Amino acid sequence: AMEGGPGARIREGDCAVLKRDEVFKAVSVLRRRKIIFEKQWFYLDNAIGHIYGTTFEVTSGGNLQPKQEVEETTTETKEAGTDNRNIVDDGKSQKLTHDDIKALKDKGIKGQEIVQQLIENSTTFRDKTEFAQDKYIKKKKKKYEAVITIVKPSTRILSTMYYAREPGKINHLRYDTLAQMLTLGNVHAGTKMIVMETCAGLVLGAVMERMGGYGSIIQMYPGGGPVRAATSCFGFPKPFFDNLHEFPLSKVQSLLSGTFTTETLPADSEENALVEEESNGLSEEKQTSLQETEEEPATEAPMEINPTEEQDPMDINAEDVEFKENKEKENKENVREKQMKQWERRKKLKEAAALLREKNADGLIVASKFHPTPLLLSLLEFVAPSRPFVVYCQYKEPLLECYTKLRERGGVINLKLSETWLRNYQVLPDRSHPKLTMSGGGGYLLSGITVVLEKDKSDSSNSEALKMEEPSSKRCKLQDLPC
Amino acid sequence: MSFVEYGDTIKDGDTAIVFLGHESMFPVKVQHGTVTQTKYGVIRHSTDLIGKKYGSKVTCSKGGWVFILHPTPELWTMNLPHRTQILYSTDISIITMMLELKPGSIVCESGTGSGSLSHALIRTVAPTGHLYTVEFHQQRAEKAREEFQEHGVEHLVTVTNQDVCKNGFGVSNIADAVFLDIPSPWEAIGHAKAALKAEGGRICSFSPCIEQVQRTCLAMEEYGFTEINTLEILLRVYNVRTISLQIPDLGKAAEDNSSTGFDSSNPSHQGSPCANLQQGTVQFKSGVPLREVVGHTGYLTFATKS
Repeated sequence: AMEGGPGARIREGDCAVLKRDEVFKAVSVLRRRKIIFEKQWFYLDNAIGHIYGTTFEVTSGGNLQPKQEVEETTTETKEAGTDNRNIVDDGKSQKLTHDDIKALKDKGIKGQEIVQQLIENSTTFRDKTEFAQDKYIKKKKKKYEAVITIVKPSTRILSTMYYAREPGKINHLRYDTLAQMLTLGNVHAGTKMIVMETCAGLVLGAVMERMGGYGSIIQMYPGGGPVRAATSCFGFPKPFFDNLHEFPLSKVQSLLSGTFTTETLPADSEENALVEEESNGLSEEKQTSLQETEEEPATEAPMEINPTEEQDPMDINAEDVEFKENKEKENKENVREKQMKQWERRKKLKEAAALLREKNADGLIVASKFHPTPLLLSLLEFVAPSRPFVVYCQYKEPLLECYTKLRERGGVINLKLSETWLRNYQVLPDRSHPKLTMSGGGGYLLSGITVVLEKDKSDSSNSEALKMEEPSSKRCKLQDLPC
Repeated sequence: MSFVEYGDTIKDGDTAIVFLGHESMFPVKVQHGTVTQTKYGVIRHSTDLIGKKYGSKVTCSKGGWVFILHPTPELWTMNLPHRTQILYSTDISIITMMLELKPGSIVCESGTGSGSLSHALIRTVAPTGHLYTVEFHQQRAEKAREEFQEHGVEHLVTVTNQDVCKNGFGVSNIADAVFLDIPSPWEAIGHAKAALKAEGGRICSFSPCIEQVQRTCLAMEEYGFTEINTLEILLRVYNVRTISLQIPDLGKAAEDNSSTGFDSSNPSHQGSPCANLQQGTVQFKSGVPLREVVGHTGYLTFATKS
């Protein structure tokens, strides 16, 4: 079921991710399309056909060229100092000027050579310690030896990229938090998952990747339709989308109360309102004449045609009969197409509703900008007992409330409110230490497992709530009270 | 039931999880005619378990009750019998994502240990992937094989009893990812590279000590691995509690009865959140950290073979 993998080749139309050191950018692989990445301009044409993971250099013409393996000259013992007590930072140690360096670049001199020139023209280089020399060379290489690797998108790559570039789009969901969600939710092939997210489709994509095309997903969405910008970056094969359904949040209450109907779709209602407005403005005469020419008058047909007529007053007054006939044919097609689309949408909505009504989903994943409590309380109704659920929130406080409401509701156990602490390290001989900057927060998770919900709340929920809390002997009695 | 496929009802032969309340649970092998003792009384498998829906409440002989849960690798990790130190779900989660594992992936692992990570890996690569796990301790290897069988996943895993540093994983050029949790991972980097697909793959090494990490990173570099990155991840759990703090008595500004500041008799203070001014306390909800938490498990080093 899975296409590609590390051995896959870059193809036109793919969504690929450009990588330079720790910086990522997702791009569409299209010929003759100028790409700007890390202050460089280039075309991806030459990359097509290469294996993902290949590293390229940007040539002077803006083309990509696979980087040749170069032997590092490490055998010669470099002259180096012992510490920096005599090194004065007066900004004058580099003898090459901005213009000199620019001239070298313009001549087409390779980055490697430029770095070598910089070293040779630095008066303080040989006084630096070996470590400082190493650091200096790394820094210059990073600036002048620009290499780009083209990698295949994956949850790892995309979640790291989004967190670094556009955290606002994903509610500041840090990639390790996303990793926890996938495991806590036991996301795997063959399950029926409910996903509610406003993270540009990143969370949906991550869930789809872990399901490998097996099983089904019902994505709940606010407003008119789900956002799946990030999902398309993953490059899933078409069959993965066969079992991806969507359902509007605005219909959840009606579904739960049994009053759900497909008569008014969220997007539909907007369209109908618009169309009704326009048809009200037209005279009766025009409406009836158009109806007569229609072979299959549908209730919405006259309303659909009129807006186009109204927008182009020239046509209404045209003497050209043929022109009018063509216009009517076109309108008929448009109407049919719109009807087909609406019928399709209704059919899909009914399917999604049917899946939800079974109330046997294997898990629930929530990661949105909305307050989690109403989402959880309603969506948990669709989940089978003894199944995990995870909800992400950028802030801790809403989850405190969610926890309390869930306790009141009952039917959940093993509730856990957590966050993960992540730290990256620099590992070099005699220079190993945590990196200097780290993320201050990656969001919070509330997870739990559903159990059979008992209708009779009275005594059982209280004792259940008490049972789920820490035994009182473990706590300091002065301050704490159980919830 | 299996660890890779959900079932609805409890069957004879299943491994189920008995949940007693607040992080107190244990696994049980469901068998006709058997009984299980709990602090709430006896559970009779034939009448109380078999045929019941997973997630049901079961009342035990003494009157107390428990919930019976469907097993998952995460619940297994929290309840499995330890034969070695194990990896917990926090590390397992990031390992799974950073190795880019998914259905169909081929993974190599050493050492198998108590099978905590193994179960999670098997769940992720199912139904079309495979786990090749190597364990140099003969009894542990055998016990792992038994458990995989009992849990209905034996078709997804191959356990090999050998020393990965000397003899590798027993396969070559087929793995998408390799995971090492052994005392001297730098000795297995060469074998890991050989097991990985020619086109490339991912590797991860888990070590408690920084010296091990240093040696491993050097070995990775020598063998041509790129994107070498070391990190650590820790879990911070919060207990949700309603806290009551007393209002201190700061006395009165003047000798008369006019009110200043927090005065329990003044109705204009009704707006303050959760104020329980009659008793001179203020209540609020808090996510309270645990007193003792895990401060370190191990360093995770990831790299790419390209």
